[in-house]
Amino acid sequence: MRKDIVTSILAVLVFTVLCGLIYPLAVTGVSQVAFNNSANGSQIERNGKVVGSRLIAQSFEGRSEYFQPRPSQTDYNPAGTFFNNAGPNNKDTRDLIAGNVDAYLALEGKYNPRLSAANVPVDAVTGSASGVDPHISQKNAAIQARRIAAVRSLPIGIVSKLIDENTDGRFLGLLGEPGVNVLELNLALDKESSR
Amino acid sequence: MLQGWIQIAIFFAVLVAIVPLLGGYMARVFTGQSVLLERVLGPVERMIYKAIRVKPDRGQDWKAYARSVIFFSIASWVALYLILRLQGALPWNPEGFSAPPWDLSFNTASSFVTNTNWQFYGGETTMSYFTQMVGLAVQNFVSAAVGIAVLIAVVRGIASRSGSSLGNFWQDLTRATLYVLLPIAFVAALVLVSQGVIQSFSSYTDITGVAGSVQNFAFGPVASQEAIKELGTNGGGFFNVNSAMPFENPSGLTNFLEMLLVLSIPAALTFTYGRMVGNRRQGWALFAAMSVMFIAAVAVVYNAESSPTPAMNAAGVSALSTEGTTGGNLLDKEQRFGIANSALFNAVTTVTSCGAVNSAMESFSGIGSAVPMASMGTSEVIFGGVGSGLYGMLLFVILAVFIGGLMVGRTPEYLGKKIEAREIKLATLGALYMPFAVLIATSLGVATEHGKKSIYSGGPQGFSETAYAYLSQGNNNGSAFAGYTGFVQPEPGNAGSFGITFADLLGGGTMIFVRFIPILIVLAIAGSLVGKKVAPTGLGTLRTDSPTFVVLLMGIVLLIGALTFFPALLLGPVVQGITQELF
Repeated sequence: MRKDIVTSILAVLVFTVLCGLIYPLAVTGVSQVAFNNSANGSQIERNGKVVGSRLIAQSFEGRSEYFQPRPSQTDYNPAGTFFNNAGPNNKDTRDLIAGNVDAYLALEGKYNPRLSAANVPVDAVTGSASGVDPHISQKNAAIQARRIAAVRSLPIGIVSKLIDENTDGRFLGLLGEPGVNVLELNLALDKESSR
Repeated sequence: MLQGWIQIAIFFAVLVAIVPLLGGYMARVFTGQSVLLERVLGPVERMIYKAIRVKPDRGQDWKAYARSVIFFSIASWVALYLILRLQGALPWNPEGFSAPPWDLSFNTASSFVTNTNWQFYGGETTMSYFTQMVGLAVQNFVSAAVGIAVLIAVVRGIASRSGSSLGNFWQDLTRATLYVLLPIAFVAALVLVSQGVIQSFSSYTDITGVAGSVQNFAFGPVASQEAIKELGTNGGGFFNVNSAMPFENPSGLTNFLEMLLVLSIPAALTFTYGRMVGNRRQGWALFAAMSVMFIAAVAVVYNAESSPTPAMNAAGVSALSTEGTTGGNLLDKEQRFGIANSALFNAVTTVTSCGAVNSAMESFSGIGSAVPMASMGTSEVIFGGVGSGLYGMLLFVILAVFIGGLMVGRTPEYLGKKIEAREIKLATLGALYMPFAVLIATSLGVATEHGKKSIYSGGPQGFSETAYAYLSQGNNNGSAFAGYTGFVQPEPGNAGSFGITFADLLGGGTMIFVRFIPILIVLAIAGSLVGKKVAPTGLGTLRTDSPTFVVLLMGIVLLIGALTFFPALLLGPVVQGITQELF
């Protein structure tokens, strides 16, 4: 009995050192050297200044010259994340989605006269799980492209080309779902406009 | 849909390929045969035995083995509770988080020591880097290793032909950690980092974005924790939104790997089992039974989520899946996973007792959330937790052998050993204990004033939240309808975001009981089987590696699960799944 207690306490200490210190510090050491950028949050710089992470959506609210990410329940906060927790049969959920639809149509309807609630891409009117989903669907991007082209006076062909260039496809064409990276696309747009 | 099915098929094919490789390797590790890693880690293994003062070859009977499990778990619990309560005084706490309150610490310590990883807190707003790494992640390793150790002891009891030894707990614990969990987690963590999972001790940093908005970024040793969180079927996220957070799960590839990590050990242990009892077909039979139920679960969830929910219909959104959009119920799901990989992740982490999520359970459709609840209601034996899934399944095997034996009119025996009154009594207790604990806790959760305070949503959804909370904690799963006590989540520091005392204590108690009482039961059965003589197989022997037996076994699992939880499922998710009504 006493021997079991002593061994248990010693074992907790030993495994804490092994799994709680040596293992994570070894992973940190290797990854800081081998994968420095991704280990530190895949940060993107512009003109030597960090402007965000390619993996985390940021707000472009009120800026019609930019592509807009999916709605966010957290105001795009990557340090205080939570879900929508919106039940499938809840009236609140209906109102939440209806509000998103209205906002989307108000912004894009002018440039897409045939757009209606029935054919909006679902990603555009639903909050993501993380609140910082960096991607939008290709269809969503194609709809927003008309607004971007008009506001920035760019040919639609160039905007479409930039969308394609900033689409993350499936891994090996198989795994995952394709998505357009909004932050990278907007940076590419700014670069194009300033030429 | 076709693209999604192809991804699901690829996933299952890769899993099947892993099973004999990893399963065979684990059989070598636990039968004392030499493995390649021993050349590197052998000295470390011997140092550990010396440091914890054990003689690894000294066999333990079931009582001694159980005693070691219990004392080790108590020591783990105390250590974790102390780390939580002393958080404010410990290092690597860049945000200066103070200690979580006592009730949350009770719940969290119980949760991680029992391999549940139920979380009443938001990781990045409550826990320091030190707590996550030195407290929580350590339990991710050792609670998983305990599960594997207990399973291996039970298998020895079934396979052994003489004596009373089930092996040595300390040796099993050490070898499981050193030769199975650590090396796989290390490689997996590095692969995850290479894809964008963070691993950094930087302080939280403000970054001004392109349009001038300021974002506060949280960092931390995420990849090292993510790898073991999946591999050990633990599921406790570094971030509040778990594997939905791009910093935990940035791409289709990482999502695939994380799902594979979750299922690989529970699935491969069936092969290990077959090898250790000297008949591989026995292992494959169990794998087949689990696989059929798993694939059924995936199919139902994927199908359900591919349609819009009643709330979406009411908002006029048709959510069609046309070129360039996923369609379906994408609310609280990530674009890069789409519907197929969210549905698959949902099924993978709830048939196992992992409980990680890459999309919010609470926002799944009625049927899409009935499936994970049903999976948990089968006592987590469809692959289940590492070790615990298979030892739970072996209880059902004993019941199936008994019922099958009655049907053909023979004394029931399993692998040549007579199954007698003592084993049947214990197995019945083991199979009925969980439903009993879960249903009592759920009733307290919905019927008492204290319990009701935790409910966030109205209507059937509110009932589902409660039932899900205790099904999850009562099966050591850990996933959640996160609205449960989460209604003030945006304000960290608000006691409500830490669950409330009643829910903390009820859940914590439930997790401890459903973890350790079944462990005692299966070890007792192993202790009773270990010395029994093996009778030669005869003509009248009920074969336990035949398709007939696989069907019988699935029948027993589903019957017990369905009979106990069908009413509860009807009241919550099923009601929502069969109506367009809004509540």
